[in-house]
Amino acid sequence: MNMQPIIQLIDLRKRFGSQNVLRGINLSIFEGKTTVIVGESGQGKSLILKHILGLMKPDSGNVLVYGQDINKISRKELKAIRANFGVLFQNAALFDSMTVFDNVALPLRERTKTSEEGIKTMVNEKLDMLDLEGSNNKYPAQLSGGMRKRVGLARALVLNPKIVFFDEPTTGLDVAMTNEIYRVFFKTQSKLGYTAVMVSHDVPKIFKLADYVALLDEGVVQDCLSPEDFQTSQNPVIRDFVYKTMGRIYESEQVEGE
Amino acid sequence: MILRFFEQLGDLFLYYVNQAGRMGIFLLLVIFNVLKPPYLRISHITKQIYIIGTLSIFVIIFTGAFTGMVLGLQGYTTLRKFGSEGLLGSAVALSLIRELGPVLSALMVTGRAGSAICAEIGIMRNSEQIDALECMAIDPHKYIMAPKFIASIVSVPLLTAIFNVVGIFGGYLIGVKLMGTSEGAFFSSMYKDVEFDDIYMGFMKSLCFGLLIVWICSAKGYFVHMERKGGFGAEGVSRVTTNAVVLSSVSILVFDYLMTSFLI
Repeated sequence: MNMQPIIQLIDLRKRFGSQNVLRGINLSIFEGKTTVIVGESGQGKSLILKHILGLMKPDSGNVLVYGQDINKISRKELKAIRANFGVLFQNAALFDSMTVFDNVALPLRERTKTSEEGIKTMVNEKLDMLDLEGSNNKYPAQLSGGMRKRVGLARALVLNPKIVFFDEPTTGLDVAMTNEIYRVFFKTQSKLGYTAVMVSHDVPKIFKLADYVALLDEGVVQDCLSPEDFQTSQNPVIRDFVYKTMGRIYESEQVEGE
Repeated sequence: MILRFFEQLGDLFLYYVNQAGRMGIFLLLVIFNVLKPPYLRISHITKQIYIIGTLSIFVIIFTGAFTGMVLGLQGYTTLRKFGSEGLLGSAVALSLIRELGPVLSALMVTGRAGSAICAEIGIMRNSEQIDALECMAIDPHKYIMAPKFIASIVSVPLLTAIFNVVGIFGGYLIGVKLMGTSEGAFFSSMYKDVEFDDIYMGFMKSLCFGLLIVWICSAKGYFVHMERKGGFGAEGVSRVTTNAVVLSSVSILVFDYLMTSFLI
C-alpha cells in the first residue's frame, strides 16, 4: 500500500458509559478502492462510519479526510468535505414525505444551481442506471426493501461523489435482492470510479467486491488486507473469524501441507 | 445513600445545563442560517406558513369566538352590578388584545402545529433522515428549521389578530345582541380605551410566543436521541412531543407574565 490514504483513522476511541466500544481504531482508506469493514454484530462497525462522516465525535483520536481532521475544522470546512461524500444508510434514510424523484433530486436542488430541466435529466439518468425507471412518483413506503436501497444509492450518487459509504447495504434483503444490490454497486463503481467504504457482515460474498477487508474485533481493527491475504492470514482473530464464517479452509490447507 | 442522592442531583443538573446550552446554540444556528445567504426559498416558507398558520385558522376562529362570547357574558353580568355595562366593549377588547388573544392563540398553535413540528423532526432524527441531510452537506438548520421559524413568527401574530377580531365579534354578539348592551356604548368604549400600546403589547407577545413555540418544539424533536429517558422509537418521539407541548405551554405563560411586567 504505497498510495496516500484519503481517509485515515488514528487511534480512534469511543466509550458509551461503561461500554468501551472503539478501543483505538487505526485504518486507512485508499482512493478508488473498495474497503470493507467486517466483524460480528455489535462490534461498532457502523460507529466507525459515523465517525468518518462527522456525525459523531470520538473521545480521542483523529479522523483525517483528505488530510484534515474533521473534528478540528469549522462547520463550513466540514460541509465542504461532506460535499465529496455519498452515503447509503442501513435503512436507506429516504425522506418519507417525498417521492422517489424528489428524494434523488434533493441534493441537486439544494447544493447546485441546476435548472429544473437539468435536474430531471440527471435524476432520470441515475434512476435508469439503478433500474428504477417508472418509480419517480412513488413514495418510499410504496417500495420494496431492495428498491428503497437502490433509491438511496441513486440519491447518494446523484452528485457523482468521490467517496461513497455503504452501511450494511444488504441487511434485511433476500439472496436475489442482495445479489442485485452487489450487481448495482459493481456497475456504478465501474462507471463512476468512486472510493467505497462498506460496512458489511455478508462474508464471504463481499470478498468478491472488496479490494481491502478490515476486521473489527474487540474494539480494534485487527488488520486490513486484500481478500486473498485476509483469508489466509495467520492472525488468530482473523483465522477464527474466517473459520466461523467460511468453514475449515485452513485445516484442509494444513493437512495438504503436511 | 446520601452520596448517591447528590450524585443523581448533580447528574440531573448537568443534564439540564447541557440541554439549555444545546437549545441556545440550536437557536443561534437557526438565526444565523436565516440571515446567511443563500436565502431561503419562498416556496419552503409558504409551505410552512400553510401548515402552521392556514391549517390553524379554523381552531383559532372557533376558540376566539367562544372566548369572546364567554367574556361578553361574564363581563356583562359583572359590569351590570356596577351599572357599567357600557364599558363591556373595552373590557372585552382589552382582555383579548393584551392577554387572552396572544396567550390562547399561542397555546392553540402549540397543540396543533407545535406538536406536529416536534413529531416530524423527531421521526426524521430517529430514521436517520437528518443524518442523511448532513451527509449530503445540506444544513438541517437551514433546510428544515429556518422555514419553520419564519413561518411561526409570521403566523402566530396573524392568528392572534384573527383571534382578537373574532373574539371581539363574539363579545359583541353576546353583549349587544343577546344581553342588550347599547351598540354605540360597546364600540365607543372600545374606541376610547384601546390604545396603540395595548396593540403593541399584544403584538410583541405573539411574536415572542411564535418564536418560543417553534424553538422549543423543533429543538426537542432535533435532540430526541439525546433525551435522558431515551428518545428512540415511536414511544420516544411521543414522550418528547408531550414534553415539548408542556414545556412550550408553560413557557408561554411564564413569558406572558414577564413581558407584561416589562411592557405594562
